[in-house]
Amino acid sequence: MTLLSILGVLSSAVFSGTSLLYTTLGEIIDQRSGTVNLGLEGVLLVSASAGFALTSITGQPYLGLLVAMLAGGLMNLVMGYLTVTRRANQLASGLALMFFGFGLSAWIGRPYVGAKINGLPRIALPGISNLPVLYASLFRFDLLIYLAVPAAVLVWWLLFRTRWGLGLRAVGESADIAFASGRNPRRIRYQALFVGGLLAGLGAAHLSIAYAMNWTEYMTAGRGFIAVALVIFSKWHPLRAIGGALLFSGAVAFQLLLQSSGFQISPFLLSTIPYVVTILVLVLWGGTRSHSAPASLGRVYQGSE
Amino acid sequence: MTPRPEAVRRFSFLRARVLEALIRYGFMVLFALVLFAIILLIAGKDPIQSYRDILTSTLGSTYGLSEVLVAMTPMLLTALAVALPSRLVLINVGVEGQLYMGACLATWGALTFSGLPGWILLPGMILLGMIGGSLWAFIPGLLRALGLVNETITTLLLNSVAPMIVSFFVFGFWHSPMDTNKTPNFVPAARLPTLFGTRIDVSLLLALALLLIFWLLMRYTRWGLEIRAIGGNPQAALRNGIPVRGYVISVMCVGGAIAGLAGMAQVSGFYGVLLANFSRGTGYMGFLISWLAGGDPLGIVLTSFVVAVITTGGNLLQLTRDLPYAVINILLAFTLFVVLARPSLRRSRRSA
Amino acid sequence: MPDTASTVPHSQPLIRLRGICKAFPGVVANDRIDLDIYPAEIHALLGENGAGKSTLVKILYGFYGADSGRIELDGRPLSVGSPHDARAAHIGLVFQDLALIPAFSVAENVALFLPDLDPVIDMQQVCSRLNALSGQYGLQVDPLQAVASLSIGEMQKVEILKLLMSNARVLILDEPTRVLAPHEVDSLLEVLRNLRSAGYAIVLITHKLNEVLACADRITVLRRGRLSGTLPGKEATEAGLIDLMFEKGLAPLEFDRVSGSVGQSPILELRGASTRTQGTETPLADLELAIHPGEIVGVAGVSGNGQKELADLLLGIKRCASGRKLLHGEDVSHKSVRTLRSRGVSFIPENPLAMATIPFMSVLENFALTDSRRYARWGGMRLDWPAAERDLVASAEKLQFSMPISAPARSLSGGNLQRMVIVRELARSPRLIIASYLTRGLDVQSAQAARKALIQARAEGCAILLISEDLEELFSLSDRLLVLYEGRVVGSFRPAETSMHEVGYLMTGSAVSNDPQA
Repeated sequence: MTLLSILGVLSSAVFSGTSLLYTTLGEIIDQRSGTVNLGLEGVLLVSASAGFALTSITGQPYLGLLVAMLAGGLMNLVMGYLTVTRRANQLASGLALMFFGFGLSAWIGRPYVGAKINGLPRIALPGISNLPVLYASLFRFDLLIYLAVPAAVLVWWLLFRTRWGLGLRAVGESADIAFASGRNPRRIRYQALFVGGLLAGLGAAHLSIAYAMNWTEYMTAGRGFIAVALVIFSKWHPLRAIGGALLFSGAVAFQLLLQSSGFQISPFLLSTIPYVVTILVLVLWGGTRSHSAPASLGRVYQGSE
Repeated sequence: MTPRPEAVRRFSFLRARVLEALIRYGFMVLFALVLFAIILLIAGKDPIQSYRDILTSTLGSTYGLSEVLVAMTPMLLTALAVALPSRLVLINVGVEGQLYMGACLATWGALTFSGLPGWILLPGMILLGMIGGSLWAFIPGLLRALGLVNETITTLLLNSVAPMIVSFFVFGFWHSPMDTNKTPNFVPAARLPTLFGTRIDVSLLLALALLLIFWLLMRYTRWGLEIRAIGGNPQAALRNGIPVRGYVISVMCVGGAIAGLAGMAQVSGFYGVLLANFSRGTGYMGFLISWLAGGDPLGIVLTSFVVAVITTGGNLLQLTRDLPYAVINILLAFTLFVVLARPSLRRSRRSA
Repeated sequence: MPDTASTVPHSQPLIRLRGICKAFPGVVANDRIDLDIYPAEIHALLGENGAGKSTLVKILYGFYGADSGRIELDGRPLSVGSPHDARAAHIGLVFQDLALIPAFSVAENVALFLPDLDPVIDMQQVCSRLNALSGQYGLQVDPLQAVASLSIGEMQKVEILKLLMSNARVLILDEPTRVLAPHEVDSLLEVLRNLRSAGYAIVLITHKLNEVLACADRITVLRRGRLSGTLPGKEATEAGLIDLMFEKGLAPLEFDRVSGSVGQSPILELRGASTRTQGTETPLADLELAIHPGEIVGVAGVSGNGQKELADLLLGIKRCASGRKLLHGEDVSHKSVRTLRSRGVSFIPENPLAMATIPFMSVLENFALTDSRRYARWGGMRLDWPAAERDLVASAEKLQFSMPISAPARSLSGGNLQRMVIVRELARSPRLIIASYLTRGLDVQSAQAARKALIQARAEGCAILLISEDLEELFSLSDRLLVLYEGRVVGSFRPAETSMHEVGYLMTGSAVSNDPQA
């Protein structure tokens, strides 16, 4: 286990974890306002395909980024229409949205399967280039990666330091009390879903435009559900999501590391550890009855919302 | 005294309700078809022709119909696996994971005991499949019964774990010499027998039988009465002496067993091999079907049929119309959206 | 903020309520109530359960609209259509179930309701304002503490702070001391006195006489929706207030007090039973109880003093944290509900729709549910509906009720639902019936029918525990009467030995009797 290999694992985790982090941040905002979006997988696919398609057409990755964000926001608004305005069951609506995403993304992305694009340009921070080439190459990140942790901090600030965030969290705890304080819970949930969708779209964009730089059907490979699990793991807190994203996406790279030091363990089994830990955490600290889950999520998970 | 007057009344009420539901759903499917037609037009296809193709390919030929039934079978089972716990107001969204675990354990049986004759091996695999799914549902059931964690969350999390465990085995001990992402083909003894030379296997009969048993259970037996009571008012059920906890755990396990059976049927009947990540949301589709049908067995059959027609017809769209198969999901989703957007209809069906 | 000067009584009331009437289906909650609220005064609103106190203030706060009557603020008419209007008129209400978000800190809860909060929250400022106010009035709370970890007393203080910071001039508190420990009560009353000196108008709803006598400047007593009397605090005495709260003298006996043969050995005993506190429940402490066959033991008390916990404990839903529960002399402290029911314990709760019946199931199905084993055939595969129907009809006839067998439970009226539950519970010839608020919310006819059913059961040797807040009912039906206050039995008599006055005393916690228990 050399320093290089450890840094290699870290770098790999950062690369693959960035999209997960953005997606998780978006879902944290949604869940904090009381909406569980099981359709994230579909949202991600649509955003990824749309962003990739536009990048392929225009050759402008940043433009593709914007389109992906917008696509995510719009998909989430569909979720909002179903769950807030029509008051449909959240779990069923989310799953329906997922299937919609399967189909729509396949349709959007089909002409671009196998297309090559210029991904997001990678930049090295000043000072890194002074290091030996091997090390420096590990740490040339694109803009989204650099902005990931600041984004988490921004989300934290939004939720905990602004009036909007206070109202949003209040809606997620008790829509009645939020209403009694003069707020409009429905409007707030729409806003939360849109912002959450923008962030999810950003995560999807990083996946297709920066990380994989291609498009295939179902390429998100369950990241939508990973994000939902990660939200629980981070106890709905944006800053904890940073570490969680590294953990959840670092498993594969970590396995290679262990392998190089003679320790064979399947990457698949390693990948299950974060989930098992999440379940244990829930069991030990009281599931949705703990004080970390937004109170109204309990009703979602019981099907009465 | 007239014998069971309320039963007679209930029967005609049931028929009227089914008719009413059919009409309503007819309208909704129609609306969704119109929406999807717009998509087809944008894609430059002729919607009328496409729909006609779907119908003729699926319902117009024996082969088409048999393919519909093949597609229907896993849906029936997964939907039932959701419907039974839903009578207790348990949300078993973990069908997907239970499916995988059932397939996993059944595959172990197929690979380990491949020397045994079919009439021993197959029932054994069925049993293994049910055990696998049941175990995967036991943990969430237990945690819910103890009041620790909601089963929705635990089943969701375990859904992500199950495919990884399957991948672990498939890429590891079990992979075939040629492809790393699947096991070797099952021996004929480990394959579920098919019917009439089509791809329909006996799991369809099992599924229909189980649905019938479910219906009988809920309608006539003492356990069905108590289950419906818990679903109707858990507080009252508790005060009436019904062992709520016991039911929570056992019902979850039975639901998981059925999902596990679905998984076994997939690998033993349909595919003949265990492929990593073989399920593209089959479990979730079952969840949606059960939810659409209100947990009602007849509704499950009808809804599964409609969905199967759509997905099977979608295959044809791909072959002849140059659209990726996944696009058919849009039609499915539109149908779901339309139903979801009318909560007033859902509520009137919630009267168990 | 109101002026701090006055100990001089104001001549004009801040808020005037005149002729307020409000009726709900089946009950008149407020019948021509007048109320004057003056600044710099603590006005106690006193009365039993169901006297109409909560309804009145909810009308003032905009939750309900009064059927008739008017409200005046500073001499001008005031229309309160919603809580928003009330808050705009600087009226604040602290509910019994506090409107606080447990996951938020104190400061966040207060900030949520601040009308002038900045888009970027300056927590420092909020906290310093909070600290200033809490120091001024003795409302010690840590602004940064999570509400979930506060005691109920502290939560109430946060609610009061919320009102103060939103510029309320009138503070209404609905039964604030119901769940407070004695020292917390003292603390709260001290806070109220401070607020009064600062000029706030305070309305205190309570049923506890000692508090009223300790701090009220003005007292209004309601009884069964009517204004029973208004008097200055100085002139009030315990006896006088009790007279106003409860009917004078004993109600005319409606039933033959045929004391049938009461069995010698008790069917049910509780020995030193206590339960653990959970949330806002009232823990039972050291209960000694014995019920004999052929006797009705009444439990009097204001609801919220442990009645629900007692019923749950006896039925088997709650376990004893310490002490024992004996049925026929056998220790059943840890037996399940099903076991107890099979040994002859029956339960008639106060809210049949919520607690005892499955709404969408028919009357017949609800009936069979209780004893599904008895009607199971072929090992449970089938149910013998004809047999169930026979038993149902037989039980109904015996009680002279008529039951629509196949109607879904939710279509029945409250009275009929209760009848259905009684038919069901009595069909099994139980040995012990736990009846909890048997006649709450029922019309007169249904109530009478329910009581008759109990008498009938007693005549057949059944033991009955009757929990009720209706003193007339308790006095007419009980062979023995217990009073429950704050989880303890504070009195035990035969109805003939006592009066409603004395029981009223004990129910309101005034003179804790030294009578030996059980």
